[in-house]
Amino acid sequence: MRHIIALLLENEAGALSRVVGLFSQRNYNIESLTVAPTEDATLSRVTLITVGDDSKIDQIIKHLYKLVEVVKVVDLSESEHVERELMLIKLRAEGSARDEVKRTADIFRGQIVDVTAATYTVQLVGPSAKLDAFIRAIGKTTILEVVRSGVSGISRGEKVLCV
Amino acid sequence: MTLVCGVGITLSDRAREMAEHLSGGDMLIRALQDAGVEYVFGYPGGAALHIYDAIFRQQKVEHILVRHEQAATHMADGYARATGKPGVVLVTSGPGATNAITGIATAYMDSIPMIVISGQVPASLIGTDAFQETDMVGISRPIVKHSFIVRHCSEIPEIVAKAFYIATTGRPGPVVIDVPKNTTDPLITAEYRYPTSVSLRSYTPETRGDAQQIRKAAAAMIEARRPVIYAGGGVILGNASDALTRFARQLNFPVTNTLMGLGAFPGEDRQCLGMLGMHGTYEANMAMHHADLILAIGARFDDRVTNDPRKFCPDATIIHVDVDPASIAKIISAHIPIAGDVALVLEELEVQVAAERARRPALPDAEALAEWWDRIDAWRAAHGLRHDLRPEPGRPIRPQTAVQALHRVTGGEAYVTSDVGQHQMFAAQYYRFPAPRRWINSGGLGTMGFGLPAAMGVQFGFPDAVVACVTGEGSFMMNMQELSTCLQYGLPIKIINLNNQALGMVKQWQDMQYSGRHSQSSYSDSLPDFKTLVEAFGHVGIRVEQAEDLEPALEEAFSDKYRRRLVFVDIWVDREEHVYPMAVRGGAMCDMILARSPVGIEDNY
Ligand SMILES: Cc1ncc(C[n+]2csc(CCOP(=O)(O)OP(=O)(O)O)c2C)c(N)n1
Ligand SMILES: [Mg+2]
Repeated sequence: MRHIIALLLENEAGALSRVVGLFSQRNYNIESLTVAPTEDATLSRVTLITVGDDSKIDQIIKHLYKLVEVVKVVDLSESEHVERELMLIKLRAEGSARDEVKRTADIFRGQIVDVTAATYTVQLVGPSAKLDAFIRAIGKTTILEVVRSGVSGISRGEKVLCV
Repeated sequence: MTLVCGVGITLSDRAREMAEHLSGGDMLIRALQDAGVEYVFGYPGGAALHIYDAIFRQQKVEHILVRHEQAATHMADGYARATGKPGVVLVTSGPGATNAITGIATAYMDSIPMIVISGQVPASLIGTDAFQETDMVGISRPIVKHSFIVRHCSEIPEIVAKAFYIATTGRPGPVVIDVPKNTTDPLITAEYRYPTSVSLRSYTPETRGDAQQIRKAAAAMIEARRPVIYAGGGVILGNASDALTRFARQLNFPVTNTLMGLGAFPGEDRQCLGMLGMHGTYEANMAMHHADLILAIGARFDDRVTNDPRKFCPDATIIHVDVDPASIAKIISAHIPIAGDVALVLEELEVQVAAERARRPALPDAEALAEWWDRIDAWRAAHGLRHDLRPEPGRPIRPQTAVQALHRVTGGEAYVTSDVGQHQMFAAQYYRFPAPRRWINSGGLGTMGFGLPAAMGVQFGFPDAVVACVTGEGSFMMNMQELSTCLQYGLPIKIINLNNQALGMVKQWQDMQYSGRHSQSSYSDSLPDFKTLVEAFGHVGIRVEQAEDLEPALEEAFSDKYRRRLVFVDIWVDREEHVYPMAVRGGAMCDMILARSPVGIEDNY
């Protein structure tokens, strides 16, 4: 199963490489990874997507905790959470495709953030599945370039991940 | 109190008053002094020369000059295993650092506390492929508990204090401190203050186990009818051997030790089933397979123990106690997992078992336990190891008898280090260790070349102790340059070379799994004359070829005459010997091959 794991990491050189190294060393897979500093300058927050059965996820979390620079870990998928990913997608938009792309972007509440005579660049925010659905929906339109941010997540309600 | 990245550092008033300015090199050595370090095992080179100069100008920390950096790591490792104190290594950048890697990995796999200080090229050259530059933190990342790079000399005391704290607490392990040369520059100084305590918000090792889980475990234990205590190296590392021994005796439960756990429970005790696993005793493996309760403590269900995990101990309720939560349920899922310090958990378990027994006086069921012991004793009588073997004049020397002779001659009281191969298994099987920290071997990584330098580390830790290294000629040749270091420091180690003129363990596998095709496992026509070799290094060599000479030779080696000398006893043993029992590949723990005819003895109880 797909899990969204969020962690707080000491904002120190080399800390991220330990997290990434752990995944390759122990043969766990990472589908996406985002990392950025938090409001507390000593901490970074990492969100990563991985797949595995419960015992594997359990091991991943334990091993993450073992890393000296990892301060906190949660499996967001264990409870209600909000998941968002940002995608910028550049599409060929000529002739009849031009309207079609615009319409599809509207349906998905996408924004056109750049335009040329032959292309549209659409920005889309949502759960990864929505971005996947958009890519499927634009179907035969030629995709010139896709960039996705990887998933960020936060739990719903009053629960917070902090030190 | 200063807060730096969530690290609370407390300084005593005395330290504040005495604060003085030192260069990075001096700080490093002062910090080692303040951490209580006796020995640094190392080898100099360009990037470490400021540090070596600091060593020259002080007397408190003794530097041991090795002949190869790998050996320095094994010495620090052997010292740590025997004394319980962290071992310290100092190497230069580039090749010095890479030579240390095997020893760091060895320590990592066996959870040994070690600090490795590596010189590094100056920060301004990092990333330029400078002379003797290597990314030490990167190369060592998967085999360290943690690592640091020094950015400025002022960080050194704090980094050293943190490194020792991390290396020695929780599940111990090696910590690397990479020191760019500019940070040890004698012209740049900073205030020196050694922290009196360290705490890290992101590092909180497990201590007490969960009380509820311990109560559950206590109940399960006294309800058990066929219990086994499976004790690993964690019991030794956690200084829990006394607690374990007392507890096991109170309950009259059988105890089996892993290769790393030998000595955690007295080896000659009637309740001791010996080692379990691939070359474990028949009774230990049978008892495990048939148990209805297993208390796994400080053990990690290594694949060399469990055989096929799907067939592992089908009827047992498993209680797993370990300081590392990630070890629990990694291979075998536990019914009652308890993450905590093994000594503290055992203490609490003892209290809870006593309480539970008071509540339910009929338990444990004495009759069931007596029956269980009858079965175990029957297994032991049928196929247990024979500890009364004697050399048979006129016949080739069996390596097993050599280990038994060593046991007799040393009264079972020696520190025994080993290498990797058949000789290691014979030593583990036949030298029954009475106490923890006496048996020192590379269990996890299986590093040939470990034995001699590890013995040296033990001897530094205990200058008056009897230290024997049971080795094979293959392994010995991987670090034999250290004979020179032994002469320099007058280390009276006794090396027992079980010379079968082959990479015996490899050959055994080839005999058993490759129809006897001995691909690259022999060199009998090109072995050195070890007696002459060690004499050239200034030591004593004794060669034994006849069974009747075995015991007298060992007596002589351990006699007062050679109390201050290194003696190498080159024992020419039977080249055809195999280690048995041996687990049947892909089987359960009860599936073992017991003798040369390759017939698996199936479970018949
Ligand atoms: C550094 C290293 N290389 C290779 C091996 C694989 N290996 C395991 S046992 C063994 C043979 C050891 O020969 P020897 O030291 O003579 O011991 P014996 O088995 O003959 O007693 C080898 C090559 C190893 N464990 N370590
Ligand atoms: Mg050999």
